[in-house]
Amino acid sequence: MTQLLAALRKEWLLQSRAFAPLLAVLVFGATALLLFSFAVGPNYELLRGNAPGFLWLALLLSSTLTLAESFQAEMEHRALEGQLLLPASPTAVYYAKALANWAQLAVLGIAMVPLMVALYDVTMPRPFALLGVIALGAAGLSAPGTLYAAMTQQARSRQTLLPLLLFPLVVPVLIAAVKATSLLMLGDPMGQVWSWTLLLVAFDAIHWSLCGLLFGRVVED
Amino acid sequence: MADPSRPPPVPGPGAGFAFMGLGALLLAAGSYLGLFVAPRESYMGDVYRIMYAHVPTAWNTMLAFTFAFGAALAFLLTANFKWDARHEAAVEVGVVMAGLLCLQGSIWARPTWGVWWDWDPRLTTTAVMFFAFVGILALRRFVEDPARRATWSAVATIIAYADVPIVYYSVRWWNSLHQMQSSPETVSAVFVIPLRTNAFGVLFFMTGLITLRTRIASLRLRQEMAPPLPEPAPVLASGGAR
Repeated sequence: MTQLLAALRKEWLLQSRAFAPLLAVLVFGATALLLFSFAVGPNYELLRGNAPGFLWLALLLSSTLTLAESFQAEMEHRALEGQLLLPASPTAVYYAKALANWAQLAVLGIAMVPLMVALYDVTMPRPFALLGVIALGAAGLSAPGTLYAAMTQQARSRQTLLPLLLFPLVVPVLIAAVKATSLLMLGDPMGQVWSWTLLLVAFDAIHWSLCGLLFGRVVED
Repeated sequence: MADPSRPPPVPGPGAGFAFMGLGALLLAAGSYLGLFVAPRESYMGDVYRIMYAHVPTAWNTMLAFTFAFGAALAFLLTANFKWDARHEAAVEVGVVMAGLLCLQGSIWARPTWGVWWDWDPRLTTTAVMFFAFVGILALRRFVEDPARRATWSAVATIIAYADVPIVYYSVRWWNSLHQMQSSPETVSAVFVIPLRTNAFGVLFFMTGLITLRTRIASLRLRQEMAPPLPEPAPVLASGGAR
């Protein structure tokens, strides 16, 4: 626990001293949201119907940038190796990094919501439930994403490899998050939003435990 | 970490070719029975006959990926590179089988459902599985160090395999059309015999392919893990010092 707190503090220091990358990813996400609307045309009915899908696709595409960068500082001057030699537990290093990535992705998702409201003219009857769904969806992206980022950071062609490994894996997150978001925005007469949220929770529980368990094998040398 | 000083043994090619030969014989017999002996199906006509190739492929694809998962787990537990070679072989053969499965499904779906593709749980899960394991093959291609390659791809296989049921259920809730699984009790014997013959045919053929591919992987691992050649003796420069 002490190790996890120390590793979290390190993540906080890293993030708080460099806002520019997060800002750049946010601009990337905003550009993606803007481009999606050109693909559909200026039809508000279509845009409103597709808004949840566009939001999650924009977040998924942006997540690869955030995740790919997340181990950059650790690889310079072999800092990760240094941490493991301290010896810091790989589990603590993993969970701190995954939590930091989760926080960034959640902030990114939440920041994209007002833009989506403006561009696609969507209504927000249950804003706090939407925050919860964004937090759960971001957790689903960050757990396997952090593990794969640690692997691909040390491989050739890492920009291609990370999405290639991550995208098929997070299909359930995409489906459940888009469904839950669209039910929250467009109305939920059958009360189905809970079953989709439950699917997100199940995915998160499995991947947060499994990836934490396997991370030690990925970084040991 | 896996011990890179222990290269895997190289299995001979005999067993692989024997399995493939046996598989080809069974496939020929099963396909003959399915195409010429089994009667037309009352609703679908002759189109249903692709089932004799499609269903055995589906069963064996799952089996190949399950074997890959087992080999990945065995590698992480034992650090024995023979499991890495088997893992690589099973993932590669599994990817080919999953690709064939999607292709056969599309050929069958067009005359039956009127579309090439349908967002049904089993079809979509197979496609997702195909891309997930193609990603693992790419990962293996982009990592040169044998020990890292083996460990990372084993971790990725375990995660991808654990993801399959979640993908299946998420897509099932999302949309469904594929016909429910048939069991031998609901199918007449005249349809079952060619199906089972082909299932074993594909199983043996696939086992042969995996065995031969394991041999290739083992040979490459031995080459990669061989100790470096000794430095050549320095050659005296011609001319000499003045």
